[in-house]
Amino acid sequence: MHQSRIVITGIGLTSPNGNTLEEYRKNLLDGIARIQMIDMRYMGKVPAGVCDFDPKKHQTRKELRVGTRAGSIAIYAAREAIANSGIDFENYDKSRIGVYVGTTEHGNVETENEVYNISKFDYDTKFWTHHHNPRTVANNPAGEITINMGITGPHYTIGAACAAGNAGLIQALQMLRLGEVDLALAGGVSESIQSFGIFAGFKSQGALGTHETDPNKVSRPFDKSRNGIVVSEGGCIYTLERLEDAQARGAEIIAEIIGYRINSDASDYVLPNPERQAECMHQALKVAGIEASEVDIVNTHATSTPMGDIQEIKAIREVFGDCPTTYVNNTKSYIGHCMGAAGALELAGNLPSFQDNIIHPTINVEELDPECALPNLVINEPRKVDAVKVILNNSFGMLGINSALILRKFED
Amino acid sequence: MTEDQVQQIVIDIINEIAPDEETTGLKPEVNLRDQMDLDSMDFLDIVMELRKQHGIEVPEEDYPKLASLASCGEYLTPKFNAK
Repeated sequence: MHQSRIVITGIGLTSPNGNTLEEYRKNLLDGIARIQMIDMRYMGKVPAGVCDFDPKKHQTRKELRVGTRAGSIAIYAAREAIANSGIDFENYDKSRIGVYVGTTEHGNVETENEVYNISKFDYDTKFWTHHHNPRTVANNPAGEITINMGITGPHYTIGAACAAGNAGLIQALQMLRLGEVDLALAGGVSESIQSFGIFAGFKSQGALGTHETDPNKVSRPFDKSRNGIVVSEGGCIYTLERLEDAQARGAEIIAEIIGYRINSDASDYVLPNPERQAECMHQALKVAGIEASEVDIVNTHATSTPMGDIQEIKAIREVFGDCPTTYVNNTKSYIGHCMGAAGALELAGNLPSFQDNIIHPTINVEELDPECALPNLVINEPRKVDAVKVILNNSFGMLGINSALILRKFED
Repeated sequence: MTEDQVQQIVIDIINEIAPDEETTGLKPEVNLRDQMDLDSMDFLDIVMELRKQHGIEVPEEDYPKLASLASCGEYLTPKFNAK
């Protein structure tokens, strides 16, 4: 059975430390994180990754009032991706575009806000907004893209916990191969910093990170003193096409998706399973038809939790232990954990390595935890190599969901 | 409270819920939906803001009475003055 090759032809993003790929990548190479303390309802000040893109660039004030933050981030990233792709969007058949957006959760922010709102009116539900249901249905971020852009093809969100960014891309690839659509807008978004429940949940789990003096140092995967995550918002949407269509319109091809796998731990609600994570990576490599040693960069999921980072390193040792030219890094040390956007955004931070052959480090490692040591872990300083041709992007989530996505520098 | 004052309260609410719309020069006798891009959810927002900000209830069967600024003034002024 012939399977089309699937390629990335455009990227749009907002991360806490950049609203374009150029700005974001420069900060990754310069070691610049951007996390700040914010006021959280019922919790006081907490560290969070906050995006500062201009939402009025692609939305009217009314759209902003009626819609959600996740929708706003999704629209911004999608419109920027289309602009980046060079597609003649005005004349494109909108019924042939699909929108596949990964999210960890949706609806928490709006529901918390409305409960708080009616608490001021003695919990009389006649004060509950009529906007609640359209704002909280799980497809909201993808749906807002279609309304803003006039897209009449399929749309939905993919709920995959913190693997959602990778899952959005995988779904798009599959739909393109099935011929359901000709162009996919795919990736992930997060508005999670507006939900106090998410912060409180992580805190109750003992998983919310702290640092005595510097919010930029809270997210420190693999560091001995790490104590939890930073919750962040953000979004990254890609344009994906079948290779033959991208070439027919003379598109610049950013990368090719050559392998992927999603699997499940089937063991614990929160504690990761290194055996299943290793299995996921092995299976993705098999789909890609390559050996582990051909991977140049493994972007880890590692979220700066004491246990989770160790488990993933165990899995990586199992798969890449004998691979002298496979380098390992992490992007959450700069931007925190962007939840549904994490996989998509972290991948974007590494894709420019195909052009500049530099591997961005993971920062904030003041003392490496010996249990997280790997020979080729790139810490604190970027690493220049002869060539970067293959990137493997890990994203894992609660309920034991694992995803691995493999991309190759495009060669005809 | 006069009908003019009540019409201004409605205009203030519309400015909040439809910030991209131009409300200066609105004709009081012409339906609001013929002069601006307002949908049914926007009208529910007007009803909600009357409730939240002014404690005024508009039952569903009376929604057509909010069609124009003039009809808003006529319908709402007695409600404001009964508070």
